Amino acid sequence: MKEVTCTLNGLEKSFARNHVLRGIDLQLRAGEVTALMGANGAGKSTLVKILCGYHFADSGRMELGGAPFAPADAADAISKGVVTVHQSIDDGVIPDLDVATNLTLDRLTEPGVGLFVNDRKLRRQARAVAESMGLTMDVRTRVADLDVADRQMIAIARAMARSPKLLILDEPTSSLSASEADRLFNLIDRLRADGVAILYISHRMSDIRRVADRIVSMRDGTISGFFDTEPLDYVGAVNAMLGHQMTEVDIDPVTGGEAVLEARELRLFADSPPIDFTAREGEVIVFTGLLGSGTTELAEVLFGLAEPADGVLLLDGKAYRPESAAEAVASGVFMSPKDRSVNAVIADFDIADNMTLPFLKAFSRFSFLSERAQRQASRDMIGRIGVKCQSERDGIGTLSGGNQQKVMIGRWLLEDARVLLLDEPFQGVDIGARRDIGKYIRQTAAGRTTLVFVAEIDEALEIADRIIVLNEAMIAGEYVNRDVDLNHLVAAVSGPARAQASGQPFPTSPNQAMA
Amino acid sequence: MNSNDTSRSALELAIRYGFIVLLCGLAVFFSIYASGFASARSAVFIFQSVAITGILALGVTCTLVVGGFDLSIGSVATSALMLSAYTMVILEQSAFVAVVVCLAMGALVGLINGLLIVKMRVPDLLATLGMMFLLIGLQRIPTQGNSIATGMNLPDGSVAEGTFSAAFLWLGRHRFDLFLDRLLPVPVVVFLLIALIIWLFLGYTRHGRLMYAIGSNERAAGLVGTNVHRYKIVAYMISGMLASVGGILLAARLGRGDIASGNNLLLDSVAAALIGFAVLGAARPNAFGTAAGALFVGILLQGLTMMNAPYYMQDFVKGAVLVAALVFTFYLSSRRGGRRTA
Repeated sequence: MKEVTCTLNGLEKSFARNHVLRGIDLQLRAGEVTALMGANGAGKSTLVKILCGYHFADSGRMELGGAPFAPADAADAISKGVVTVHQSIDDGVIPDLDVATNLTLDRLTEPGVGLFVNDRKLRRQARAVAESMGLTMDVRTRVADLDVADRQMIAIARAMARSPKLLILDEPTSSLSASEADRLFNLIDRLRADGVAILYISHRMSDIRRVADRIVSMRDGTISGFFDTEPLDYVGAVNAMLGHQMTEVDIDPVTGGEAVLEARELRLFADSPPIDFTAREGEVIVFTGLLGSGTTELAEVLFGLAEPADGVLLLDGKAYRPESAAEAVASGVFMSPKDRSVNAVIADFDIADNMTLPFLKAFSRFSFLSERAQRQASRDMIGRIGVKCQSERDGIGTLSGGNQQKVMIGRWLLEDARVLLLDEPFQGVDIGARRDIGKYIRQTAAGRTTLVFVAEIDEALEIADRIIVLNEAMIAGEYVNRDVDLNHLVAAVSGPARAQASGQPFPTSPNQAMA
Repeated sequence: MNSNDTSRSALELAIRYGFIVLLCGLAVFFSIYASGFASARSAVFIFQSVAITGILALGVTCTLVVGGFDLSIGSVATSALMLSAYTMVILEQSAFVAVVVCLAMGALVGLINGLLIVKMRVPDLLATLGMMFLLIGLQRIPTQGNSIATGMNLPDGSVAEGTFSAAFLWLGRHRFDLFLDRLLPVPVVVFLLIALIIWLFLGYTRHGRLMYAIGSNERAAGLVGTNVHRYKIVAYMISGMLASVGGILLAARLGRGDIASGNNLLLDSVAAALIGFAVLGAARPNAFGTAAGALFVGILLQGLTMMNAPYYMQDFVKGAVLVAALVFTFYLSSRRGGRRTA
């Protein structure tokens, strides 16, 4: 039996009326990866925040390396050897400084460091750290100039530089491409061999299959399942987390009615090949592709946030060229953007104000708002899409991620869209809420065309009538969502784009059951 | 558990009503200990002393709501003071022309501030700081640094013939009858009217709601189709115009274009707007709070003056109130919510 690094005993935590943790007992052992699964709102984030010193537990004990562990604040937790890489990348890096400084920043705060900074020495140390992580960029690059995935790797590299006893990774792959995630997994393997205890929080089954030695499922503030016998019982873990048998989503793909949105010879970048597609009334099209494949850019072009390099868009047969989000909304094209905390949530507002924000005009007379109408419409939508809350006047910050996302998507369903764009609607959303959202989107899909942009194939299969794969800003494959050949789909997503397309532009899938 | 709940709701009450209770407590205290404090005339005097500051503060509130800040209001007010005097005394125009010219100037300054901030991407504090300097200098150029009064010598050797018209002076000096003869001065009425309008606008119209949304998360507000740039520019234009109104009322009260007036306007009005954060536990800029904040400072100063506190203590008292209000807002409010970000 491996040595125990960290023990949690009867941890409890409440926020106001909200009893978030109801007695957590857990042991984390050196050289083991413990995957923590839980629906949003199950208490995972709170547990992590207690471990890394942001919150204090109301009761219960923690031990680290045999000694009592009660971090006074985040810095204290780090100095004692509990290091966390948070989900939001920019928490882990300082964007305005260069890579070298970011990688060595913690050494500057150590006692006994001289007054003057020796840049050359720092860069040498930084290069060593970067190489051990398999990072290849110039350490003098400003972090803000790197792309998201590289920034994430820097954040993780910084955590590594502190040689932690317990490393907590909170959804570390949520913005990484497959090959970058592989690099991360290799690193986790190495740390495991070095005897670091790792707590790995993720919604992605593929990640968990790859790295987990044990799985702990959380539900409603308690540990609802614990799996450590080989082979790990993944289905059991998901069931313990959701509390009911997970059923495969059954989709009967529709072909759609008249054309609503058409793209003709659309080029996202000056040097990318043209894209053609037709989105029809009533159908849900998923655009999927890796980070940088052009899905984000396509969504931005359709919503008037970016200009295409070339090509024409037609909305109901008429030329459509929005120059701002306001114009897009006025034409009936609505978008729920990704990264909701940055792009969608108004933290100061309650649920009702957040929900009705795009259509305040409809809730006002002579510019004066009718709070009753706002609350009525919000209550209605809360009931239909299934937001868990006390009332529509709750602050948006009191909701869990999945419920916040329901509000953010619900706001665009208050009025009838011609085109509904959903960019990463399942980001940081647990499987339960994801099913609710997907079901509701499909229920209401008649009368508009719905375009969804996701990187996860699982998510695509759960909601789509039709899946279009983008690869290097061109269409690398198109599938009707019935018995999709997953191998073929994955190959289209990850393969070399140009060769793929020239060989077989619109692959039809043979009858092969999906995994 | 229960005691925890009780202390939490006590904290909630303290945050929500503490400031109002303090305000009433002060009024009662001074009524008892400062003879003559508890009278209609004294109350009106307090209102009058805060009217102009309060009007400027309501303008700043609008810029604070969209997440900005306007440091130029003080200098816009003094510019309006000089401009109205210049228009009437040297250009010999009517009161109406003077008022219109001043309001247009305030709107123009606000427009430039807004454009600097949204188009040129100058940070708000710096843009309006620059504008403040520019206006302080600009308002002195036409008169070569002199105050403006009827009969003054002009650079070309002639004598200024124009006068402040009676209609203009009415704005600063007339008092309406209310129960008592000649009780309510025009500036107080203007202040209360503007406070009411801004309160309705920010709190109860969709434009106000969108402005708060911009202040909380500008990107998100833009992505639901709000014209963020336009609202920000409008906020600065409101601020500029209200500052102008303040300057006009000041000029009408003084009856001359006094170059040295209005030095304290900026700090006093910003303080009132920030104190306003603490009122009713709003923890954000709001018109009611701003008006209450201005009043709070007014009551405190009036009471202390009537209790023979020396004039030079005034700024210290204002500063102390501001710091206390800020602690109240930011520290207590941060303890209030177990804000959970999953």
